[in-house]
Amino acid sequence: MAEQIIFYILALVIAVFSIMAVTSKKVIRSATYLLFVLLATAGLFLMLNYYYLFAVQVTVYAGGVMILFIMAIFLTHKPGDEFKTKMNWKVKSSAILSVLGLLLSGYIVVANVTRIINYVSGKEMKMQELGVTMMGTEKYQFLLPFEAMSVLLLACIIGAIMIARKEKNNVESNNDLDK
Amino acid sequence: MEYTILILLLPLLSFLAIGLLGTKLKPCTAGLVGTITLGAVTVLSYFTAFKYFTAPKVDGAWEAFPAYDVTWLNLGEKLHIDLGILLDPISVMMLVVISTVSLMVHIYSMGYMKGERGFQRYYSFLSLFSFSMLGLVLATNIFQMYIFWELVGVSSYLLIGFYYTKPSAVLASKKAFIVTRFADFFFLVGILVLSYFTQTFNFTELMSGDGSIFSSAIGASFMGASALVWAMALIFIGGAGKSAMFPLHIWLPDAMEGPTPVSALIHAATMVVAGVYLVARLFPIYLGYTPEVLAGIGYVGAFTAMFSAIIAITQTDIKRVLAFSTISQIGFMMVALGVSTSMHLNHGDHGGLGYMASMFHLFTHAMFKALLFLCAGSVIHAVHSNYMQDMGGLRKYMPITHITFLIACLAIAGIPPFSGFVSKDEILTAAYGFSTGMGVWMTITAGLTAFYMFRLYYSIFWGKEYKVTNGHTPHESGRWMTFALIFLAAITVVGGFIPFGKFVTADCVPYDIKLDWTIAAISVAVAVVAILLARKLYKKENEKPTELATKISGAYKLSYNKFYIDEVYMFITKKIIFNGISRPFAWFDRHIIDGAINGSASLTAWTSEKIKSFQSGSLQWYAWVFLAGVLLITILAIFV
Amino acid sequence: MGELLINTSGAPAPMLPFLIVSLIMFFAGVYGFFTRKNLILMLVSVELILNAVDLNFAVFNRYLFPGQMEGMFYSLFVIAIAACETAVAIAIIINVYRKFGNVEVDNIQNMKE
Repeated sequence: MAEQIIFYILALVIAVFSIMAVTSKKVIRSATYLLFVLLATAGLFLMLNYYYLFAVQVTVYAGGVMILFIMAIFLTHKPGDEFKTKMNWKVKSSAILSVLGLLLSGYIVVANVTRIINYVSGKEMKMQELGVTMMGTEKYQFLLPFEAMSVLLLACIIGAIMIARKEKNNVESNNDLDK
Repeated sequence: MEYTILILLLPLLSFLAIGLLGTKLKPCTAGLVGTITLGAVTVLSYFTAFKYFTAPKVDGAWEAFPAYDVTWLNLGEKLHIDLGILLDPISVMMLVVISTVSLMVHIYSMGYMKGERGFQRYYSFLSLFSFSMLGLVLATNIFQMYIFWELVGVSSYLLIGFYYTKPSAVLASKKAFIVTRFADFFFLVGILVLSYFTQTFNFTELMSGDGSIFSSAIGASFMGASALVWAMALIFIGGAGKSAMFPLHIWLPDAMEGPTPVSALIHAATMVVAGVYLVARLFPIYLGYTPEVLAGIGYVGAFTAMFSAIIAITQTDIKRVLAFSTISQIGFMMVALGVSTSMHLNHGDHGGLGYMASMFHLFTHAMFKALLFLCAGSVIHAVHSNYMQDMGGLRKYMPITHITFLIACLAIAGIPPFSGFVSKDEILTAAYGFSTGMGVWMTITAGLTAFYMFRLYYSIFWGKEYKVTNGHTPHESGRWMTFALIFLAAITVVGGFIPFGKFVTADCVPYDIKLDWTIAAISVAVAVVAILLARKLYKKENEKPTELATKISGAYKLSYNKFYIDEVYMFITKKIIFNGISRPFAWFDRHIIDGAINGSASLTAWTSEKIKSFQSGSLQWYAWVFLAGVLLITILAIFV
Repeated sequence: MGELLINTSGAPAPMLPFLIVSLIMFFAGVYGFFTRKNLILMLVSVELILNAVDLNFAVFNRYLFPGQMEGMFYSLFVIAIAACETAVAIAIIINVYRKFGNVEVDNIQNMKE
C-alpha cells in the first residue's frame, strides 16, 4: 500500500511538472521542472526494481544532461528573460492536438491493457548478470549495440567539439565587429 | 533557260542588301544599286522574251515550259508544292511589262524621292516588290503564286505606308492590307478546294486539257454548284480583291497615300492587274469547265468599269481620278476575259479575241497608266498639292510633262494611233461579239473615260492661270524623271503597233490583229465627242461645271462621295461586324479564354499561396502536421 | 476498473497507471515541442518525450516479459543517445547564439551565409 501511495505521488509529480516544464515562462524553471520529472521517473524505475536503470537515469540524465542544460541556459540567457507563449492559433491547435493524441492513446491503452496484465514480481537484478548481458554475444545479449553506442558517443564528442569550436576567421571578424 | 532564276534572285539580293545595310549606304548608292539591279533584270527579261519568242513553235503554238523547277514541299504521293519559273506567252509578256515599268519607276524615283527620309528603305521595298511581282507571274503552280501574291500584298502595304508618320497613310496601308487580305482568304480557300479535288497545284497539269482531273471536282456539289465552280469563283474573289473589282475596290483610292511612283508601279501597272493575270492564267479552266463564273467575271468587270468611271468624273484629287481610272480600266480587262467564249482565235472566229485583247490592254494600260501617274507625280512635285483647284495653266511651266501627259490621255481615251486605241478597240470588238448590250455599255464607259481624262488634263494644264505664290514657280522635273516620262510616252506611242496577237493568245497560236473599223469608228467618235465636251467645260475657267454640278447635285454628290461605298463598309464593319461579331468574340476571348488561362494562373498562384506554408521550413509545423496525420490515420484505423 | 489502478498482486502498481503517466509526459513533450520558440525549451520537450519512452520500455519489460532484459537495455541506450543528442544540440545552440544573438527559432531563417 505504501508503495502505491509513493507511486501515485511520483505519478502526480511527473504529470504536473511535465506540464509545467512545457508551459513555464522562464527557461531556467522549465529546466528545473524537467529535472524533477527526470528524478521522479528514476523513482518509478526504482519501483520497477530496475536499480541500474535508476542509477543511470539519475547520474546521466538528471546529473549530466541537466548540467548541460543549465550551462547552456546560463550561456544564452540573461536572468529574468521571460518567454510568453501567446495564445495564438498555433498554440491552441497544438494543445488540442496533444490532448486529442493523449485521449486517443489513452483509449487504446485502456482498451487493451486488461488483456495483458501479467506481473511477475521482479527480483533484484545482479550486476554480473547485467554485465554479462551487456558484453555477451549470445542471443539476448548486447555487445554490438553497446559498441555501436560507444562509437556514437565518440562521434558526439567530436561533433560537439567541432560545432562549438570557434573558427579563427570568425574570431577575427567578430573581433573586428567588436572594435 | 536556267538563267531566268536570276530575274528573281537579283531583286531579292538587292532588297536584302539595301534593306540590311540600310542607312549605312548613302541614299544615292542605295538608289543606284536598286536601279542597276532592276536594269539588269530588265535586260534579262527582254533577253528571255527575245529567246522565248524566237524559239521554234510546237504545232504552230508557243510552248509553255518550266524553265526552272524544284520540289519544295511534298504533301503526299501526288500533291507537292514546287518553286519554279514557268515561261509561257503571258508570263513572258508580264515579265517585260513589270521589268519595264519597275525600271522606269526606279529611275523616276531617283529624282522624285530625292532628299526624302527613308530613301534606302524605299528602294529596298521597291526591290522586294519587284521580286514578289516577278515571282507571282513566273509561278509554276498556284501555291507558289499564292505565296508571291501575299508578298506583293506585303510590299504594297509597306509602300503605301511609306510615310508612316502620316496617320492617313497608315490608315490607308492598313485598309489596303486588310481588304486584299480578306479577299486572299477566299483565294486560299479556292486553291485548297481546287487542289483537294484535282490533287495538283501545277499550272501545266491543270492546263493540260485533260478533263479527268476535274471530274471529282465537278462531281462534288455544294449548295447547288459544283466544287469546281466554287473553287474558281473563290479564286476569282482573290483576284478581285487585288484588282480592286467592285465591291472590293475601296482600298485602291486610299492607297494613293503612298509615294506617287509607288502608285504608278504597284497601284496602276503591275500589282492591281494580278487579278487579271490570275484569271488569264486559269483561263482554260474558267472557259472549259466553269463558263458561268467567267461570265460573272465579265459582268463584275463591266459594272466596275462604269461605276468607277462615273466616280472618276467628280474627284478633285488627281491621283484619285487616276486610281478610279485604273479600277475602270481593269474592269475593261476583266470584261475582255469574261466575254471570251473560245480558246481559239482563228480567222472568222472571234470567240477568243477577248483574252488577247485583255492581255494587250493590260500591256498598254500598264505603260500609259504608269506614265499618267508619273506625270501626276511630276505635277505634284511641282505644285506640292494633289488637288485640281491648286493647278491650272501648267503647260507653260512643264512642257515635257504636259506633252507626255497628253499622249497618255489620248492613249487611254482610245484615239488612234496611240496604244490604248488598238487594245481598247479589240476589247470593244470582243464585247460586241459577246452581246450588243455589253458592247454599248463598254463604249459608253470608254466615252466616260475620255471625258474624265480630259477633264483632268484641262484642269491641270489649261483652265485658270496658275497663281505664283510665295515666289514658288512650278518648274519642269529633273532629268531622272523626265527620262522615265519620255521613255514610257514613247512606248505608249508605238505600243499599238506591236503585233500583240502574234505573241499572246489563249491557245498560244499566233494571230493577226485586224481592226474592226465600224467599232473603231464608233469608239473614236464617242471619245472625240467626250473630249470636246471636256474641252468646252474645262479648257477655260468658267461657271459651267459648277452650274452643271448644282443642276444634278444629287447625282454629283453620289459620285463625289464614291456612291458611299466606304460608308457602307464602315457601317458593316463598325456597326454589324464589330458590334455583332467582334465584340462577343472579344468578350469571349477576354473572359472565357483569357479567363481560363488567367484563372488557371491565379488558381495556381492562389494554391501556391495556400500551400506555401506547407514548405515553410518550420520544423514545428512539420511535426504538427505529422502528428495530426498520425492521429487521423489512427482514428481511421480504429473507429472506421 | 479498480483493480487496474490499485495493486492486487504484489506489484507496486498496475500497468495502466504507469502507461498513463508516461502518456501524459509524452504529450506534454509534444505540446512543448510544437509551441516553444526557444531552442533550449524545445530540447527540454524532446527530453520529456524520450523520458516517456524510457519509462514505457521499462514498464513493458517488467510487466510483459519479466524474464528478459531488452526493455531495460533499450532504455539504457535511449538514455545514452539522449545524452549525446543533448550534448550536440547544445553545442549547436550555443553556436547559433553566437551567430544570431538569441536562440529563437523564428529568428533563425538561414543557417548558412
